Amino acid sequence: MTLLNLQRRMARAVMAPLSPTERMRTVAANGRSMRAIAASFIKPNDGLDSFERLEIYNRQYWFRILSGFAEDFPGLRAVLGERRFDALAKAYLTACPSRSFTLRNLGSRLEVWLRKHPSWAGTRRDLAMDMVRLEWADIEAFDGKAEPAIQPEDLRSVDVSKLRLRLQPHIRLLALRYPVDDLLLEAREDGDSEAASNAFSEARKRKRAIVAARLTPSPIFLVVHRLDLSVYFRRLECEEFLLLTALQDGRSIGRAIENAFRESSVPAAERASHVHRWFQTWTAFGWFCRPWQ
Amino acid sequence: MPANSFNGFTDYGIGIGLRAPHYDHILTRKPVVDWFEIISENFMIDGGRPLRILDQILEQYKVVQHGVSMYFGSAERADREHLRRLKELVKRTRTPWLSDHLCWGSVDGRYTHDLLPMPYTFEAASITAQKIREVRDYLEVPIAVENVSSYAEFHVSEMTEWEFLTEVVERADCGILLDVNNIYVSSQNHNFNPHTYLAGIPAERVAQIHIAGHSQYRKYVLDTHDHPVIEPVWKLYADAIHRAGRTATLLEWDDRIPSFGEVHAEALKANRALAFESLAVAV
Repeated sequence: MTLLNLQRRMARAVMAPLSPTERMRTVAANGRSMRAIAASFIKPNDGLDSFERLEIYNRQYWFRILSGFAEDFPGLRAVLGERRFDALAKAYLTACPSRSFTLRNLGSRLEVWLRKHPSWAGTRRDLAMDMVRLEWADIEAFDGKAEPAIQPEDLRSVDVSKLRLRLQPHIRLLALRYPVDDLLLEAREDGDSEAASNAFSEARKRKRAIVAARLTPSPIFLVVHRLDLSVYFRRLECEEFLLLTALQDGRSIGRAIENAFRESSVPAAERASHVHRWFQTWTAFGWFCRPWQ
Repeated sequence: MPANSFNGFTDYGIGIGLRAPHYDHILTRKPVVDWFEIISENFMIDGGRPLRILDQILEQYKVVQHGVSMYFGSAERADREHLRRLKELVKRTRTPWLSDHLCWGSVDGRYTHDLLPMPYTFEAASITAQKIREVRDYLEVPIAVENVSSYAEFHVSEMTEWEFLTEVVERADCGILLDVNNIYVSSQNHNFNPHTYLAGIPAERVAQIHIAGHSQYRKYVLDTHDHPVIEPVWKLYADAIHRAGRTATLLEWDDRIPSFGEVHAEALKANRALAFESLAVAV
């Protein structure tokens, strides 16, 4: 058996889903006996047979990736509840095994996968999808690139209306159907309290599940950004969101403003003051990069 | 003076793994530590808090990079994006050498995020050594490969683990990161004498040593890095130092991590063996 063939055979076994009792399954996906498969390439020893030796790796694999996935998506767990979250995690990680050298990217394909397989989110599909988008944006904002922020002198000799501003690479803009930002912050508090008291934490989790179940749609526009090394969620006005989105898409400031107010109910006379206020805030947060030289 | 041609850093002494629960203590108290080992993958990112902390650590301490997902033994070629990011980090840390494991963990682009054992075959040794050379040439930094703990052996194996390690490092002309806890764990799981392992490898290639704790289960021993180092492992360490000379040594503690002080105190127990070796050399 070549190295490649052995590694393919072992990887298939190691990454195969565990049984409901978290043991290695006795029958492989192709119907073959896992005992026969294990014995075909792994030696037994005095204490463990081939199946048991392979099972150590099979279990380690699932415990590691399920634990990493749960750490990344505490909000989704709050939305779905423990049992449904666990089932979704196993289904997703079976369908989309890691294709990255880092566990950080484990959830990178979750949004697309969940869109194709919404039944895993039960009756709260939109809520679950919103939470997935927010939690992935949070991961990207945490360690995304930050460039030097634009300075007043960068704008002295340019026609501002034609300027194409670049948003910081770590910034994510989200239009969401539910106010999941508050729910996520509360879910994280629950996680923090686990260390203090398990009983207290369980009560908080039950309460959180009830809050999540009763959450009603209320669209929000959100920017997920990093300031002083911490990630923040900031709610935006609709026009503010549209303007930032257009800038992120590479539109000039003039075109982005037009785009933002096309269907706006904000009176024309008040728009300039809105735009002025927003730009003051955005530049204070350092959201724009210096233009490329 | 270097202990051997692959260890020009005998003055590195005893380091500990840089772990998140200790960041605040290290940055505020600035404890005296010979060096820190970082997990490369934790810092192969574009920005944010981890890189800021790393830069602060680099201002005050020596740092050596240790990887967990290069998978020298995987049959497929090294991931270019992985290598590019690793090289960026190497430039940032100026690590004097870089280590990763003698194992595999990915196939056909899918990652297990585990350190899976190698079949000890000549084909595997050849493929692994070739990859080590390619990575070293690309990164332009000396490489040391670490022996892993294992729980399975393969029918196709043609040699012992220590013969395989020797075959790989001789073909790749690289150093060894000798994990004496991993030798102990594997010796228990595969019923061999760990001192035979030590006697069977080229001591002159040992560039660094790892020490750690593990967990004993009913039928096997698991490498968990969540306990103090046990006495038989300290004995192996002393044997390794006796064979390889003074060597940069690092304590790994990755789970149920106690206070910085406890971890550092455990690491400094390695001084007993280092002092004894220095005395032996002097006499």
